[in-house]
Amino acid sequence: MNNDARWMTGIGVALFGLAALFIASRAADATFMWTGLACAFVSVATIFNLIRISFDEAEGKPPPWPGQAVPYALLAIAFCSVLFHVLSPWWWAPIASNWHYIDSAINLTFWITGIVFVAVMIFMAYCLFRFRHREGHRAEYEPESTRLELVLAVATSVGVATMLAPGLMVWNQFITSPSDTVEVEAVGQQWSWNFRLAGQDGRLGTTDIRAVQPVGNPLGISPADRHGQDDIVVEAEDLHLPVGKPVKLLLRSIDVLHSFYVPEFRTKMDLVPGMVTQFWFTPTRTGRFQILCAELCGVGHAIMRGWVVIDDEPAYQAWLGAQRTFASRGSPNIASSESVAAAGHGRTEKGPVHPAH
Amino acid sequence: MGEATAKPLDGRGHAEVPEDDLYHATSWWTKYVFSQDAKVIALQYSATALAAGFVALVLSWLMRLQLGFPDSLSIIDQNQYYQVITMHGMIMVVYLLTALLLGGFGNYLIPLMVGARDMAFPYLNMLSYWTYLLAVLVLMSSFFVPGGPTGAGWTLYPPQAILSGTPGRDAGIVLMLVSLIIFIIGFTMGGLNYVVTVLQGRARGMTMMRLPLTVWGIFTASVMALLAFPALFVGAVMLLFDRLLGTSFFMPAIVEMGQPLGYSGGSPILFQHMFWFFGHPEVYIVALPAFGIVSDLISTHARRNIFGYRMMVWAIVIIGFLSFAVWAHHMYVSGMHPYFGFFFATTTLIIAVPTALKVYNWVLTLWRGDIHLTVPMLFALGFIVTFVNGGLTGLFLGNAVLDVPLSDTMFVVAHFHMVMGVAPILVIFGAIYHWYPKATGRMMHEAMGKFHFWVTFIGSYAIFFPLHYLGLMGVPRRYHAMGEMSDIPLSTGELNALVSVAAFIVGFAQLVFVFNLIWSLRHGAAAGGNPWRATTLEWQTPETPPGHGNWGRELPVVYRWAYDYSVPGAMQDFLPQNQPPSAQATRSAAP
Repeated sequence: MNNDARWMTGIGVALFGLAALFIASRAADATFMWTGLACAFVSVATIFNLIRISFDEAEGKPPPWPGQAVPYALLAIAFCSVLFHVLSPWWWAPIASNWHYIDSAINLTFWITGIVFVAVMIFMAYCLFRFRHREGHRAEYEPESTRLELVLAVATSVGVATMLAPGLMVWNQFITSPSDTVEVEAVGQQWSWNFRLAGQDGRLGTTDIRAVQPVGNPLGISPADRHGQDDIVVEAEDLHLPVGKPVKLLLRSIDVLHSFYVPEFRTKMDLVPGMVTQFWFTPTRTGRFQILCAELCGVGHAIMRGWVVIDDEPAYQAWLGAQRTFASRGSPNIASSESVAAAGHGRTEKGPVHPAH
Repeated sequence: MGEATAKPLDGRGHAEVPEDDLYHATSWWTKYVFSQDAKVIALQYSATALAAGFVALVLSWLMRLQLGFPDSLSIIDQNQYYQVITMHGMIMVVYLLTALLLGGFGNYLIPLMVGARDMAFPYLNMLSYWTYLLAVLVLMSSFFVPGGPTGAGWTLYPPQAILSGTPGRDAGIVLMLVSLIIFIIGFTMGGLNYVVTVLQGRARGMTMMRLPLTVWGIFTASVMALLAFPALFVGAVMLLFDRLLGTSFFMPAIVEMGQPLGYSGGSPILFQHMFWFFGHPEVYIVALPAFGIVSDLISTHARRNIFGYRMMVWAIVIIGFLSFAVWAHHMYVSGMHPYFGFFFATTTLIIAVPTALKVYNWVLTLWRGDIHLTVPMLFALGFIVTFVNGGLTGLFLGNAVLDVPLSDTMFVVAHFHMVMGVAPILVIFGAIYHWYPKATGRMMHEAMGKFHFWVTFIGSYAIFFPLHYLGLMGVPRRYHAMGEMSDIPLSTGELNALVSVAAFIVGFAQLVFVFNLIWSLRHGAAAGGNPWRATTLEWQTPETPPGHGNWGRELPVVYRWAYDYSVPGAMQDFLPQNQPPSAQATRSAAP
């Protein structure tokens, strides 16, 4: 390491230390502050060492690392990456659906790719240790080795197939919903979520984008379709679902692309205006889970949140009983006198019954 | 390959225009501004692209300030945040990476490496640059129009991109689309040039299988770009019509903020197919030149032939083909027919095989080499690390069902920055340190270069490695603030802050690089014609920097492949491609 390099490194490390001190001084909690202080300490120690090495060099002592920083750095990167993966507190939230297959597939892929990554790093580091330029030494001339390349190609193909096969099998499950799912509709708009469940007839009524009215009919349920009259509409409130029952979510948007994403369910699907998209899942534990919009939908994208509440059966029935149907919400479109009468009563007395599974 | 098969010297090939017949610039303007010399055009392309890249770098600081310190240091609101990410993404992918790798390195290196005097169509080449500059200016002008640049995200997905819920809806999106259209026109002129020059302009003896891998990478990428950019061109024109004329190519009947709009019958997913039919090959349009360049850097600085040259060439070509059959892996959760998932997951994971073989061959080139840890070599090693890391996370995202939880999260952001952001940029830096002596006659300052490398490499890794884990936790991309999120620990904010600090440090290190570029012009050590003792033709020019026409009166004749390093029995540890075989100089061991 020559003098210039030492100066540059010193200045860089000093900048890093100052930045770390700055962060530490603004830190909101203790761990963060200590991390910043530790980084600042490391940079001070590094600068001290750089100075020490300069003095040593002036006295003719050999440098501590004879130009081998690169392989050490590669090994350190591999080691720190694995360490971060194992120790960091930042990991996925506990799962709340049947899609633990997806978690397993991700874990399998982490194992395979992690081993490959570490192996490549160790191999490179070894090469840099072993084949670093020495006076009078020459590289070996070897244009190719068909056998070695063939072995590597086959090994890679096997590794890839090991990841692809389970992936495709789980994909098949993901896109094939069981026959006993309950259909629930989620409708996105800039920037909120509405939901619809089938009423007593067990069917969701048809919709028409021209029927959308911000007040009264935000989902665009066709007023003329009698199947739609008893649909339960949940407007800008939490969606409740029963635990343990497979659900098929039908997704619609009335304006732009959105995406229905609940991290704990491990699922996600875009909402596309002009068509109905879908996915299915079975909630496996009760709780309240946040819906995030995962497709850029304009300036309110980050605040487009909603909630899914997974209830046990009694709590779910209680919630369902308190919901109002499309007809009872008093849409101005509704011609039927029966519905208008129902709307007059506010919450329905009968209480809509969830369709049989 | 190494075998000398000089063709008989009778008959003049297409490339052998006598030097006197060439167009010669006569005035300062035609020599340095409206130049038709590929080398000058290359430097113009590079300077413009780097300038655009610095704008995008500053934008990334604004973004990181917002994400790292949403409460205390944020100086942009959510509208500006979306404008910043959109411009950052589009500038980096198209106006920096594509323009620099093809327009910059392609123009400089293709004629020199294949042994031509210039590009096949010099006038068209000049037009290509000025058209590109116009595209950059149109894009940058959107910072100064009412409403500012578009905030549609660099993917520009309709319907949101052209509706009023998105910033820059008035002029920004129009300027963005117009700029892309101009860029593609400009690129088509340049791209035709690169392809024709490689096919028709090669020196005598320079067979396709003797081309340096840099040329193979840029050549294949140019062919791909000529096939892929038209999809974006058509998409941009149609989206422009939807925005300005009220057509409905991509716009279904929708209700915006309670008001029905006049659109009907269009398909938003169609735009996504067109965008990614361009967008995925685009990844490889950036990656293949980087693959090629890094192969040459590793081989030269490890003093060893690139291992498995034929495999490397075929891998480039196969990746080029396959990359046109994987685009919908960006769309697993877009609502397209789910059966597409089986096909695109399979093709995507298949493309991992030739890519992995390239990685093996790079590290096997180090094996039993004579490794000189020069600055270009350091950047090449940094590329392997970040490319392997980013490539492996691609195996998560490409495998349909694994993409379901990860799509549109920070995991994706981390993946593509590692694989097509950091990795190609490291190659670009390495290439600049490597070829700067040829372009200027002076070496860049080594200590500054090493400082630049270490801060950029370690810093970039510290930026993007942790972001994967934010994505695993479910933090979506394109959120200007996380707000309250269930099940996401507050410490993610601190992780974001650390990432931001790393980003500022890396950003500032780039100032050292710029200083080095300018400082070395006057103060760099004199380089000589071939400071790295490299074999390829560009190092064998009679003058450094090469004059107009590159070769003086005589075109070079090529006798061997580009990788005769450390040939047993040879006097030196490298044999230039134009060195004739002699009994004593070679004992060819090529297959």
